[in-house]
Amino acid sequence: MTAHGRNEQRIVRDIAHARAGDKGNTSNVNVWVYDKADFELLKQSLTAARIKQTFPKLITGDVDRYVIEHLGGLNFVLHGALEGGVNSSLNLDSHGKSWSYLILGMLLAEDDQK
Amino acid sequence: MASPAFRIGTGAGFSSDRLEPAVDLVKRGTLDVLVLECLGERTVAFAHRDRMADPRRGYNSLLERRMRALLPACRAAGTTLISNMGAANPRAAAERTLAIARELGLTGLKIAYIEGDDLTATGPRDGALMDEPGRLSDVGMPIVGMNAYLGVDAILPALRAGADVVIGGRLADPSMYLAPLMHRFGWAETDLALLGAGSLVGHLMECGMQITGGYFADPGVKDVSDLANCGYPIAEVSADGSAVITKLPDTGGCVTIATVKEQLLYEVHDPAAYLTPDVTADFSGVNIEAMGPDRIQVSKASGRTRPERLKATVGFDAGFHAEAGVSYAGPAAIERGRFACDIVRQRLAQTHGITKDVRVDLIGASSLFATARDYPADTQDVRVHVALRTADRSVAETMLWEVESLLCCGPAGGGGFRGAITAAVMTKSILVNRAQVRPRQTVLVA
Repeated sequence: MTAHGRNEQRIVRDIAHARAGDKGNTSNVNVWVYDKADFELLKQSLTAARIKQTFPKLITGDVDRYVIEHLGGLNFVLHGALEGGVNSSLNLDSHGKSWSYLILGMLLAEDDQK
Repeated sequence: MASPAFRIGTGAGFSSDRLEPAVDLVKRGTLDVLVLECLGERTVAFAHRDRMADPRRGYNSLLERRMRALLPACRAAGTTLISNMGAANPRAAAERTLAIARELGLTGLKIAYIEGDDLTATGPRDGALMDEPGRLSDVGMPIVGMNAYLGVDAILPALRAGADVVIGGRLADPSMYLAPLMHRFGWAETDLALLGAGSLVGHLMECGMQITGGYFADPGVKDVSDLANCGYPIAEVSADGSAVITKLPDTGGCVTIATVKEQLLYEVHDPAAYLTPDVTADFSGVNIEAMGPDRIQVSKASGRTRPERLKATVGFDAGFHAEAGVSYAGPAAIERGRFACDIVRQRLAQTHGITKDVRVDLIGASSLFATARDYPADTQDVRVHVALRTADRSVAETMLWEVESLLCCGPAGGGGFRGAITAAVMTKSILVNRAQVRPRQTVLVA
């Protein structure tokens, strides 16, 4: 049991950092653990399915996940996730540059661990 | 003994990037090459609109200030300057640069410009859209410009001609770094692993300070010292394609394994297939190693055959983009702000029939992530933000009017109205045959 109780669930930002970019209506977010020991937890927490389920209104297409095992990184390609993209989105952040912090704000799947 | 490393610096990572650290970089960096990457897909569309309005324009609006500050320093250091600041009008950009060089007394400076990327007059009018269904003609907006991405084969002849300054339009970002590496080290177009390695250098460097601590700081977890004085990056590239990413001493920012990782997959989808006009680069096995403070080595990128066709960006005139806002602060600011949002929506719909292509956010409570999730908000400082896109300028003016009128007939205590209407562009991508694109180089001498 970790020192963190249910009331202080940790988020992805506690173990990883990220950057988001855009191409058309597709966002990509790369996420990297600070400590390799946390990579399994990151992989469990950030599955393509979990991300898609967490943001059903935002992500209208598929989510692809690429694993960069030796560098402790995940790259997510979020299709149809930019409200039309920089050309048609009326979001203040029409590039979805802040989507990195959308992912970093997700809860870690620590309940799934022993 | 190994041959000395080739030193490439970046002095701009996008059209509006900072200038002063670039001058510092050239003066102290003993660079072989300085690259100014100043062109995005939408930037080139806006540049085409500028050129339509005035045939002498259509290049980066900061070109004059950048050249005045950098040309003398590049001359003194023997640094070759490569840039896509020509945007929609590389010839006019080069002629302006020539005039500046003469004014500054830089006699003999060779300025090459590259044309042939502009397919506005000759390109396919009805090409199939890339990555989405439909064709160009389905977009239903007037085309303002069309540019193919040029690779190293467009840049190398200018370097072989001994150019001190190379100015292009839609040069692919990594190609501006790969071309001087091929020129210096004699890499051939068939050395695919080296082309992949050089493209990795370009990819890591093209966004400037995004690899030296810019766009990285998150106080408490990712601290960056003296970000205000962040320095631009330098790549020390070896003949085997490996490179050390670093920056000048006594500049702010940092180069760490983490800054390199974030940039490694920035705007990348499949790490094993990063497409450029020159190569299909593979970043999936890249090794990243710390060699010392602010010195990170990257190696083991590779490459496969280049894509058969070239990507081209097509820009369209998308009419107008309008934004307007009013702020609420103090007790129950969120409730009053939400009330104002509802009133604006209702008035735009009922009185003016405006329901499409309009969005109302409450900054401070729900804006950037409005579609994604709800956060509990307890702020006492919010701003109603209305955004709208339209082909009809009067519709944009109507929206601004309705938001401003909240000052007298909205909820209590609203203030700080601002509104603006700007030109909007739309961009789409298509693929074109390489035979349709004929790059050509012209050299001017100051």
